[in-house]
Amino acid sequence: MTETTKARKTREPVPHIAAALALGDDALVLSHRLGEWAGHAPVLEEEVALANIALDLLGQARVLLSMAGDEDELAYLREERAFRNVQLVEQPNGDFAHTIARQLYFSTYQRLLYAHLAAGDGEFAGLAAKAVKEVAYHQDHAEQWTLRLGDGTEVSHERMRRACQALWRFTGEMFQPVEGLDVDGEGIRAVWLESVSAVLRQATLDVPEGPQSGAWSAGAGRQGLHTEPFGRMLAEMQHLHRSHPGASW
Amino acid sequence: MATAAHRIARTREEDSPADEAALAAAYEAAFDAAVAADERIEPRDWMPDAYRATLVRQIAQHAHSEIIGMQPEANWITRAPSLRRKAILMAKVQDEAGHGLYLYSAAETLGTSRDELLDKLHSGRQKYSSIFNYPTLTWADVGAIGWLVDGAAITNQVPLCRCSYGPYARAMVRICKEESFHQRQGYELLQALSRGTPEQHEMAQDAVNRWWWPSLMMFGPPDDQSQHSAQSMTWKIKRHSNDELRQRFVDICVPQAESLGLTLPDPDLRWNEERGHYDFGEIDWTEFREVLKGNGPCNEQRITQRRAAHDEGTWVREAAAAYAEKHTAKDITKDRSKDITKDGAKDGETTA
Amino acid sequence: MTTSEWPLWEVFVRSRRGLSHTHAGSLHAPDAELALRNARDLYTRRGEGVSIWVVPSAAITASSPDEKDPFFEPAADKPYRHPTFYEIPEGVKHL
Repeated sequence: MTETTKARKTREPVPHIAAALALGDDALVLSHRLGEWAGHAPVLEEEVALANIALDLLGQARVLLSMAGDEDELAYLREERAFRNVQLVEQPNGDFAHTIARQLYFSTYQRLLYAHLAAGDGEFAGLAAKAVKEVAYHQDHAEQWTLRLGDGTEVSHERMRRACQALWRFTGEMFQPVEGLDVDGEGIRAVWLESVSAVLRQATLDVPEGPQSGAWSAGAGRQGLHTEPFGRMLAEMQHLHRSHPGASW
Repeated sequence: MATAAHRIARTREEDSPADEAALAAAYEAAFDAAVAADERIEPRDWMPDAYRATLVRQIAQHAHSEIIGMQPEANWITRAPSLRRKAILMAKVQDEAGHGLYLYSAAETLGTSRDELLDKLHSGRQKYSSIFNYPTLTWADVGAIGWLVDGAAITNQVPLCRCSYGPYARAMVRICKEESFHQRQGYELLQALSRGTPEQHEMAQDAVNRWWWPSLMMFGPPDDQSQHSAQSMTWKIKRHSNDELRQRFVDICVPQAESLGLTLPDPDLRWNEERGHYDFGEIDWTEFREVLKGNGPCNEQRITQRRAAHDEGTWVREAAAAYAEKHTAKDITKDRSKDITKDGAKDGETTA
Repeated sequence: MTTSEWPLWEVFVRSRRGLSHTHAGSLHAPDAELALRNARDLYTRRGEGVSIWVVPSAAITASSPDEKDPFFEPAADKPYRHPTFYEIPEGVKHL
């Protein structure tokens, strides 16, 4: 298989491959989490909406991972420590408020990042130009729901407040430099903060306080350090594929 | 689907029950003539109460089947063994939500709200297809559902595209068009397994063994025991009998199974030259009735999950309703007359 | 707090430029913005549209089947509105 030779390359420090893994893993893992909603959404219309977002992300993941090697080998045969996604996207769905807060934080970042990449002429410009339109819709979806949950009932306000607070400490990681990406992380952070703050305020929510990163000097997702729920997520995702080595599906 | 129109018509009818009674005979004749002439009945047309009730029951059961049917397949989304298969399965389960939605909309044109129907589903007063009370134990079950369950469903549904009730027929046209990929992906999935490793082949055969008979039961009881069939045929809600459709399905499946390299678990299955059809063995109707009664392997689990999703979503639906209420300037659904005077430029009517 | 169902909306989709919006179906949404987005997700996920209208079902005024005859029959006996009503000598073109 030519894929194995391609996959072998991932172990060498090729800058654009490292970046493709980081962005591809973000999309893959978030897509998987959103896929867990199937059959559990609060209303039928939202089943369809969440699945659309998950499918967009999965499509992005497949393109990105294929730039780094064989998509299935990378998705199914890497160990947890080899995944390069930010910890934010691997956080469990929680209630609908947690899912929306995660979507708001991530899609705002992803849109800024892809808009920047689409404007350039690097390896990711083509993908980013297509994906930025999808992500713009994801961001809009997250904002619409942030407004409704934040400015809905007392119950929803409180749930949304807790969710935004709980996920806040996973947001800083998105602005770290990524090997192979020529992106001004701090510049993105400033615009991101402005955008997210505006939505939260309109939703009658306070912008969360506290650090945007955990206090572990070893690093986080981009360094292959993940949170406990991620291991279980991967176990579920990979077990069937790994149970039949070499099989085609 | 002119639900609103229907609601208006109902209000009018309730306003003048005497008129309605006087016109009933003429209406009934017009209705019978329309059905006989293969014309479509539309939401605001007069229709016999029993026709309306039959349709609500059938469309609701169909809608419930779509959304309960999401569960056994969604069970494998997180474990799909390749990213391609994962995307296909997600899209398929999403379609089922969409189809449920189309069908609830069709039922709503008959004056029954989705909430009412969901409530009946959750409390067990309305049924869904018994097939979804069987578990998906291996990945091959996803393929077997696509090939056999969707195959049986399509055999049932294609004639419904010509059903006498307009909104149902239109929903079915859309559903059949979208569903054409569902059966194919299942067949392709099984084919990959059947031609794969010995373990994969065995997985595929095991799934077909478990899903074959329940798929045949999907066509309902034999014609001589089917309580609703005759009337539904006269009303052209139904176009073919249960046994007729079942036979059609068996005839289609046998060569498909051969091409897959899998066997169908029926020793009595053989070509009957005289009939021009395949003969097949006796269906275990006791199992069918028991599963229908609630004693299937997953009845409890399916309804519990459905109820939980609905209950856990209550605060979300309430939040969105409360938000809409607060921002009524943008909302023309709550109190139109007030809004129009208050806010002449209604930005609720948006063009994308 | 009300637990009542979200209102019903009718969805109209323009399948491509140059065509008018046609009725695609209906859905539930709490307000116009979400109705539009739900419509996009549900009725255009296979690329079926370039523009969407959503209208609250309650805002539609429909003709009644009871009034079918007075509404529509009078138009049926005016064949002179249709080009086929007129006899044109053979060979005359562009008419």
